[in-house]
Amino acid sequence: MSQDELIWRIAGGSGDGIDSNGQAFATAMMRSGLNVFTHRHYPSRIRGGHTYVEVRASADEVTSRGDGYNVLLALGDSFARNEQENAYYGNEELKPLSENLDDLREGGIIIYDEGLIDASEIEDFEERVEENNWHVYPMDLRGMARDHGREIMRNQAGIGVTCAAAGVDLEPFRELTRENFAKKGQEVIDQNIDILERAYEQANENFDFEANDVSAPEGEHEEEQVLISGSRAIAFGALDEGCRFIAGYPMTPWTDAFTITSQMMPETGGISEQVEDEIAAAAMAVGASHAGVKSMSGSSGGGFALMSEPLGLAEMTETPLVLLEAMRAGPSTGMPTKPEQADLEHVLYTSQGDSHRVVLAPSNIKECYEQARKAFELAYNYQIPAIILYDQKLGGEYRNVPASFFDREPNPSLGETLTEAELEEATHDVTGKFNRFQHNPDNDKGVSPRSIPGQKGGRFLATGNEHNPPGHISEDPTNRKNQVDRRNHKLSKIRENLDEADQQTTYGDDTATFGVLTWGSQQGTVREAVERLNEDGTPVKALSVSDMAPFPSERVKEFIDSVEEVLVVEMNSTAQFRGHVQRNLGTDGEKISSLLKYNGNPFEPAEIVEGIELQLDGGAGTPSAQTRIEPAAGD
Amino acid sequence: MSAFSAIGEERDVERDEFTPGMEPQPTWCPGCGDFGVLKALKGAMSDLGKNPEEILLCTGIGCSGKLNSYFESYGFHTIHGRSLPVSRAAKLANSDLEVVAAGGDGDGYGIGGNHFMHSARENHDMTYIVFNNEVFGLTKGQSSPTSPKGHKSKTMPEGNAKDPVRPLSMSLSAGASYIARTAAVNPNQAQEIIKEAIQHDGFSHIDFLTQCPTWNKDARQYVPYVDVQDSDDYEFDNSDRREAAEMMHETEDALHEGTVLTGRYFVQEGRNSYQQEKRARGAMPEEPLAERYFDDDASWERSYDRLDPFK
Repeated sequence: MSQDELIWRIAGGSGDGIDSNGQAFATAMMRSGLNVFTHRHYPSRIRGGHTYVEVRASADEVTSRGDGYNVLLALGDSFARNEQENAYYGNEELKPLSENLDDLREGGIIIYDEGLIDASEIEDFEERVEENNWHVYPMDLRGMARDHGREIMRNQAGIGVTCAAAGVDLEPFRELTRENFAKKGQEVIDQNIDILERAYEQANENFDFEANDVSAPEGEHEEEQVLISGSRAIAFGALDEGCRFIAGYPMTPWTDAFTITSQMMPETGGISEQVEDEIAAAAMAVGASHAGVKSMSGSSGGGFALMSEPLGLAEMTETPLVLLEAMRAGPSTGMPTKPEQADLEHVLYTSQGDSHRVVLAPSNIKECYEQARKAFELAYNYQIPAIILYDQKLGGEYRNVPASFFDREPNPSLGETLTEAELEEATHDVTGKFNRFQHNPDNDKGVSPRSIPGQKGGRFLATGNEHNPPGHISEDPTNRKNQVDRRNHKLSKIRENLDEADQQTTYGDDTATFGVLTWGSQQGTVREAVERLNEDGTPVKALSVSDMAPFPSERVKEFIDSVEEVLVVEMNSTAQFRGHVQRNLGTDGEKISSLLKYNGNPFEPAEIVEGIELQLDGGAGTPSAQTRIEPAAGD
Repeated sequence: MSAFSAIGEERDVERDEFTPGMEPQPTWCPGCGDFGVLKALKGAMSDLGKNPEEILLCTGIGCSGKLNSYFESYGFHTIHGRSLPVSRAAKLANSDLEVVAAGGDGDGYGIGGNHFMHSARENHDMTYIVFNNEVFGLTKGQSSPTSPKGHKSKTMPEGNAKDPVRPLSMSLSAGASYIARTAAVNPNQAQEIIKEAIQHDGFSHIDFLTQCPTWNKDARQYVPYVDVQDSDDYEFDNSDRREAAEMMHETEDALHEGTVLTGRYFVQEGRNSYQQEKRARGAMPEEPLAERYFDDDASWERSYDRLDPFK
């Protein structure tokens, strides 16, 4: 077992405070000088069910969940209630302990609430403990919380025991308790701290923790850090680009970004609208953008499907629009709280006609911020819809980022937009309408600057029909061809802009002849797998791609040409990104195979290591039960 | 200084300013009721002294969707059924704009019915004109949500088995604060009603009967019409929800029996518009939001200044 990292898993029922305690633990670890990364697993239920948050903390940079974990705090599901429920769901009280044993590393620690969980009801528990050399510390967390405060404070007791067992300093937790419960009054704070300390002391009395060799590593940050999720990073990027209008309809997992943005809007002078459906949401973002406010909307797969038509309208009327698409496992309602990368083709191709859009798939939390900003920049400068494609994993995971990372200038520019003074100089048609869609030959971006309703001298008609320069509906063949060519031309200009931004990242040994290609949220896990292989003497390199459209064909081609064999790692069953690569490149099918995972859980680094090793061995082997290899064409 | 100087400019506005100088000429069929809406809207806007460039006219798809092709102002010809979300967002983005949405009965009561219901209940300060000709015109005569029961069309060869929607009653239950019905054949009343609707602070819904001489030839000319406010046969208080509901129900039934009743059915004063409601809650800035993007002195909040809770 690795001594240089702590991977703590807190497990309970939905509604047991797993999320907030997971976050508090991650914050404390970050404040103690460690790098942290969280992984969140939860069911689509309000109460009960098996849910956990994993916090991985290390002095080294962490970019992924680990292979398994080493400390379990099993709180027990406090919402498990009656015989009927147990008959259907199984004994839910036990699940936070029983369901988490498979991933616990050898020599790991188990802390569980014996006030709720009777471990003797778990099949082969004692045998497994012995076999795996686990250290088990049962405590009546519920009773302790009840006796000295309230029952819901058992989370605090659990954290107290964790600190005792893994040698973690209590002080950051006292500090966090004071901050997090500040609004609830001194009594609540005192009770929580009392329980935290009592549990810590009691645990030290009850057990000899010297026997386990799990301990929190020590680290130090060079500068102040903040704990940020992917969803928040996207919302921050939008805010810093001057986005002050959001419209949406709740849908997991997009709801995170929607909620965060909605909470920021009133305080930053913006407007948030929760509306009747996703068609209205996207159409409202179009309307607000048309009227001169930087706007966004978004959803997850099913809701995004409803946005197809407004998306096409924005493209045809050249109204800047930013949409978020937070993928979850499909098809249809699929698995609402589980990640998957299977909406790539949906997002690339939805909407009728030769429609175009920018699609960016950020690969980590910093990229979420940067590419949200990029999406706004491109949408407003090129008057085109831009979509941020991410997933439940990336949106919901937290990592520490230096606070200074966000110290940047805002950019509230509306992009290619004229002022009234500039409109006086602009060309108008015979009826006095502004030639809104008149391509300016001096502007080789193919973009015609727009006016905003209410401006003098700027009136025009925006229409989803094909139109001539002032916007009148037109089916004239020459005009049609000019307008289509002009709109298409924007894509090559956007590609040039993106080439400069270079949002693709490489890892590993540059001289390797085996390459891994991945996209979006898998980057960090692929990176860890590739680094491990290189450390173990197997040269491998990786390219992580963010620009889904327009596609960075040259960069990807260069990478593929530089190796003999490519393995594409993605979280879906139909190898969508691999298909996308081959469609854009038109070659190399015989060189590219896939490693796929679509069971609802993101890859662990070891699964990718295994996939690469199997391919290096000639591709004949079969991977572990939860992943699948799709061979190259002709294999 | 406003970046939108067309807004609130005080000057006399000629009706002709709303007519495009040359093209396009309306492509509606001769005798189409849509001409009546266009004429009444031009008259109302010039009576109110509205500058064409302070108006955003959003339309849906269909014959009615062409309204902003023939009306000189800022226009947004959107998608089928979606003129309301586009227009109400524009009004939120720049609350000083004069925002009017328009579409057909299929557009507003069928495919866009959800938006109609919610725009009405939210009471956005805007006007919504529904061209109700009881048929789908541009796609050539299929039955629409307002087509009477038994209406035969190519897609319903055995006759429409559905009862028609009740546009006025629906609007009232949804929460519109100004509800009227007028008809293209009644241009003076139509112009007055549009003026009142625009001046009303809240969601104004006009069910505008527009005869279709091509696809609804049989006597659907909406004549003779009766103004319920002018007729001694009808007595109700249009500020009273219950009386209004009863009158609406009677009006909707009467249409299918050949009696065309029109007028102001519900006028609710003193209720906050959506914009006022949001502002009162601090959920919307007092100044039109769009102005901020043109103000070089505006300060913009940064994420960097919001990091404390995450440290």
